[in-house]
Amino acid sequence: MARMKFVCDAERCIECNGCVTACKNEHEVPWGVNRRRVVTLNDGVPGEKSISVACMHCSDAPCMAVCPVNCFYRTDEGVVLHDKDVCIGCGYCSYACPFGAPQFPSQGTFGVRGKMDKCTFCAGGPEDNGSQAEFEKYGRNRLAEGKLPACAEMCSTKALLAGDGDMVADIFRNRVVTRGKGAEVWGWGTAYGSRQAGKPAGAK
Amino acid sequence: MKKTLIIAFAAIALSACGEKPQGMGGAKQDAAPQTGTGKAYMASGWKAGDKTSWESQLKARAQGSQNEYNRIN
Repeated sequence: MARMKFVCDAERCIECNGCVTACKNEHEVPWGVNRRRVVTLNDGVPGEKSISVACMHCSDAPCMAVCPVNCFYRTDEGVVLHDKDVCIGCGYCSYACPFGAPQFPSQGTFGVRGKMDKCTFCAGGPEDNGSQAEFEKYGRNRLAEGKLPACAEMCSTKALLAGDGDMVADIFRNRVVTRGKGAEVWGWGTAYGSRQAGKPAGAK
Repeated sequence: MKKTLIIAFAAIALSACGEKPQGMGGAKQDAAPQTGTGKAYMASGWKAGDKTSWESQLKARAQGSQNEYNRIN
């Protein structure tokens, strides 16, 4: 099996936030922490495009590189996870992450910043699979239940794809080839300010 | 006797120079997902502990629920 990956099809995402709700419900994520969110380009303008964003489980994860206490680890499936018993809540990972994935609960006394929380690809954490301790710290371990992440499985338009990287790439490629568009919406041009990004093909 | 005392004294004195390891322990060891959870919520159709079976289960689930071109055509 290749690495586990998320892909979001911007031609299909309707900004319903079903993925966000599924994630919060599945893992009982507290208020103020959003492991997943929907980002929209040109919001309110005809032709706006949305994608669902969470931890992308990077192959060369910057959060892992900057963590001073080495609390991150990568599973054999390529899922980037962390150990909350080791995390000191310093926030370096938050600054390093280009997707804004690391979240910090601030419900403690004086709003003190707690341990980092992020998308686990529904793979739990280093506690025993399916244990209460794992659920309370990291949420449900759906991968160990033979299931895919709740956000992708709940996506009503199947815009959000999750699973084996080769497989989701094949599914997405098949869609793009069949409909003849949709791969150009998000990419380097969008990230770095191309004027064509997010606009229909052929538009100036 | 004197030699033994010197060695004992040296051993005690040098023990103060020892240092406990201060390296970061890092994250705990995590169990592989194919080991299953042993709970009733596990999806049927695969055998816990069998990696090939687990991978087949995830692939079937991904294709069945996410690739509607396969389902429709």
